Amino acid sequence: MTKIDSKIPQGTIDKKWSDYKSHVKLVNPANKRAIDIIVVGSGLAGASAAASLAEMGYSVKVFCFQDSPRRAHSIAAQGGINAAKNYKNDGDSVFRLFYDTIKGGDYRAREANVHRLAEVSANIIDQCVAQGVPFARDYGGLLDNRSFGGTQVQRTFYAAGQTGQQLLLGAYSALSKEIAKGSIQMYNRHEMMDVVVINGKARGIIARNLVNGKIERFSGHAVLLCTGGYGNVFFLSTNAMGSNASAAWKAYKRGAFFGNPCYTQIHPTCIPVSGDHQSKLTLMSESLRNDGRIWVPKKKEDAIAIQQGKKTGNDIPEEDRDYYLERRYPAFGNLVPRDVASRAAKERCDAGFGVNATGQAVFLDFAYNLKYKYGKTEATKKGIHSPSEQQLYDLGKEVVKEKYGNLFDMYMQITGENPYEIPMKIYPAVHYTMGGLWVDYNLMTTVPGLYALGEANFSDHGANRLGASALMQGLADGYFVIPYTIGDYLADEIRTGKIPTNTPEFDEAEKIVKERIHFFVTNEGSKSVDHFHKRLGKIMWDKCGMARNEKGLKEAIEEIKQIRLEFWKEVKVPGSDTEFNPELDKATRVADFLELAELMCTDALHRNESCGGHFREEYQTEEGEAKRDDEHFAYVAAWEFKGNEIQPQLHKEQLVFENIKLVQRSYK
Amino acid sequence: MKLLLKIWRQKNANTQGKLVEYVVDHVSPDMSFLEMLDVLNENLVDKNEEPIAFDHDCREGICGMCSLYINGRAHGPQTGVTTCQLHMRSFKDGDTIYIEPWKANGFPVIKDLVVDRSAFDRIIQAGGYVSVNTGAAQDANCIPVSKQDADKAFSAATCIGCGACVATCKNASAMLFVSAKVSQLSLLPQGKIEAKDRVLNMVKQMDAEGFGNCTNTGACEIECPKGISLENIARMNREYLVATITSEK
Repeated sequence: MTKIDSKIPQGTIDKKWSDYKSHVKLVNPANKRAIDIIVVGSGLAGASAAASLAEMGYSVKVFCFQDSPRRAHSIAAQGGINAAKNYKNDGDSVFRLFYDTIKGGDYRAREANVHRLAEVSANIIDQCVAQGVPFARDYGGLLDNRSFGGTQVQRTFYAAGQTGQQLLLGAYSALSKEIAKGSIQMYNRHEMMDVVVINGKARGIIARNLVNGKIERFSGHAVLLCTGGYGNVFFLSTNAMGSNASAAWKAYKRGAFFGNPCYTQIHPTCIPVSGDHQSKLTLMSESLRNDGRIWVPKKKEDAIAIQQGKKTGNDIPEEDRDYYLERRYPAFGNLVPRDVASRAAKERCDAGFGVNATGQAVFLDFAYNLKYKYGKTEATKKGIHSPSEQQLYDLGKEVVKEKYGNLFDMYMQITGENPYEIPMKIYPAVHYTMGGLWVDYNLMTTVPGLYALGEANFSDHGANRLGASALMQGLADGYFVIPYTIGDYLADEIRTGKIPTNTPEFDEAEKIVKERIHFFVTNEGSKSVDHFHKRLGKIMWDKCGMARNEKGLKEAIEEIKQIRLEFWKEVKVPGSDTEFNPELDKATRVADFLELAELMCTDALHRNESCGGHFREEYQTEEGEAKRDDEHFAYVAAWEFKGNEIQPQLHKEQLVFENIKLVQRSYK
Repeated sequence: MKLLLKIWRQKNANTQGKLVEYVVDHVSPDMSFLEMLDVLNENLVDKNEEPIAFDHDCREGICGMCSLYINGRAHGPQTGVTTCQLHMRSFKDGDTIYIEPWKANGFPVIKDLVVDRSAFDRIIQAGGYVSVNTGAAQDANCIPVSKQDADKAFSAATCIGCGACVATCKNASAMLFVSAKVSQLSLLPQGKIEAKDRVLNMVKQMDAEGFGNCTNTGACEIECPKGISLENIARMNREYLVATITSEK
């Protein structure tokens, strides 16, 4: 009774995409102008899709809740973007990138999508360079690369620790170019409140102008949700404060299935929580793991002394340090994938070896590579024979500064400690969500005409995303996938004509939105929105975070229901709905988080296996590694909304692996 | 710590604003400045008062959405950081802190501390791009760029578009912002084709938005959280001069 068809093209894996492109339906240039496309979100996926579709001739409207499309949270990505260019001559290829991504995702991604991603990855770099994105270069003037977790080749292109910023500003410049031409209409400070579905097709959205509170209707022949992930369910995450799941959640409630909601990525290298006032967490790029070694003390008494502030990392002699990633995973060492590194940190901290006052931190130490990798090389280059330790330190520091200077400065600002001198302290934090709206090969959801791109969809990363792959996927979807696949649907829309917004469906959607907003500004509650959000976040972190179990998840579901009940009674939103009111914006978002959180737990509870970011304590190997159950769970869980407070229906998309053999993931 | 805050409150663009006093207590030095405002807002909500509106998003110094004029300085007393990266350890118990919005003709106030910076978007739309359509690019390594130029272009490209340069300039000039984009693209071979039109159009738009002229005080460079160099303004002036003389339009 499954309703899902992934529409994967026939043929061998390396021919699927090229054959598809040669045969997909097209829209003739003269017809494109008359077709309206709505793009929600202006991050890498949204901006690149909007610009590319406008260049092709479609009439595009773009919405973002920030004051400018350049603020989208893609901007905060630090480390880099993967591409199978093989500029390093180290054996990289499309197949290897495809293989690494499938394996990194713990064999829970769709082969055809991932192969396509690897195929277009090289074009992304070409496109960005042509736009003037200033990637790092070597002295010959050619592009430089670095390594990232989960791979053994150097395929990551970067722009210092600000790769996301540079790529986003590139996409923003392309978007700006099309706005200037009039082919894109940009709506800043607008939030999508609902999708309008007419006769089973997505035909528009209801948006709220965040400056004056006006509820506005927009129609289109297709709606693209490029609205990012839902990490802020956890309250504390590395996501921006405004990042939210409302667009995706509204789509779910209008019939789009939600894929693998329990797959969340906990990033291993973030700055630890400092107190109750904490509003968000800050990531330290994974690229730091190229040169930083992760360790905790071997002896418990040393760990306790550090926790009590009686010792620092520098007081622990080399032989008393436990470089636990190098010990457990000699082949990949500090560059194991994120889920593995995060769990290993939690394991050490839970065992009592944490290195800050809360016991929830491990060291990320640059001293060794600073002195003996970079210091020595620099000394040799400068002809200094038998350099002193101090000379090595000074020379190495300059190199490290050039590579990671902005990250070290950021760390110093937040913690007040100097990472050149004492080891950084890090701890895992919620960072990315692999789950998202279920989409077929065309990136279309189960609602015809409604698409999801970038982090908002579930498609390419399986149960765990590799570093530097989010930027790749966002831009692949926007620049190189949707411009082709959308034609398949829109070719049948050329006779539709302008879609009116005075239909009963628009009336109904607008009415629901208005009622909800009216409720918030008139409810005589006693507790702030953040009060509920923080409580929800704590439940999710404790019971649906790095490790999950049946008992905890069942409790979480009950507790979330309780908070939700209380929220709708007690929430207090000051101010009015006819002016700029950030508390009201937050309330509408948290209301959706309170529902999504339950679906995440439901999904986590049903998946009786461990895979990637989803670690169920009941399912682990003797060494504490994730234990998959391919026989029963090699599928995408796609959840269908059945009504408020009603159990959603599970649909399964069986994953077929024709090109990669399923084995237990090993980084040893 | 206990602090006295004097904060600019303004209902909307059409009403007059004024400084209002608030006391906030139990401030930890580990809090960020915006977390301190979160605490104040939480208190205001509890007292049924309207919280203070301020722009912010990433809270890690990269999106450029936060602003705030703190004790007479854009992004507060530290250099090289945005307001969201400023921590309360930069203040001491008993301090009085003045918090105001960016003030410039080009940045009208929307509410309280929130201003409209869409003028910056329109300046970029006037020419802050390379006109290359998706799919039309050659192999990335076919365009070698000297490391020196690539590094300079990168430094200019790190501008986050926050508007601190405008807010801090006595003329409310946007030259640092505009010159950063002009520099980035004029330093790279990809951007040279359209360099003349770009600088002429962007400067024209900058003037149309009501930003003032540059009188070389250098305040923008000092207050820029990303350390964008004045050298970019010099480069833009050269580009502008050459374009004015040699443009064929």
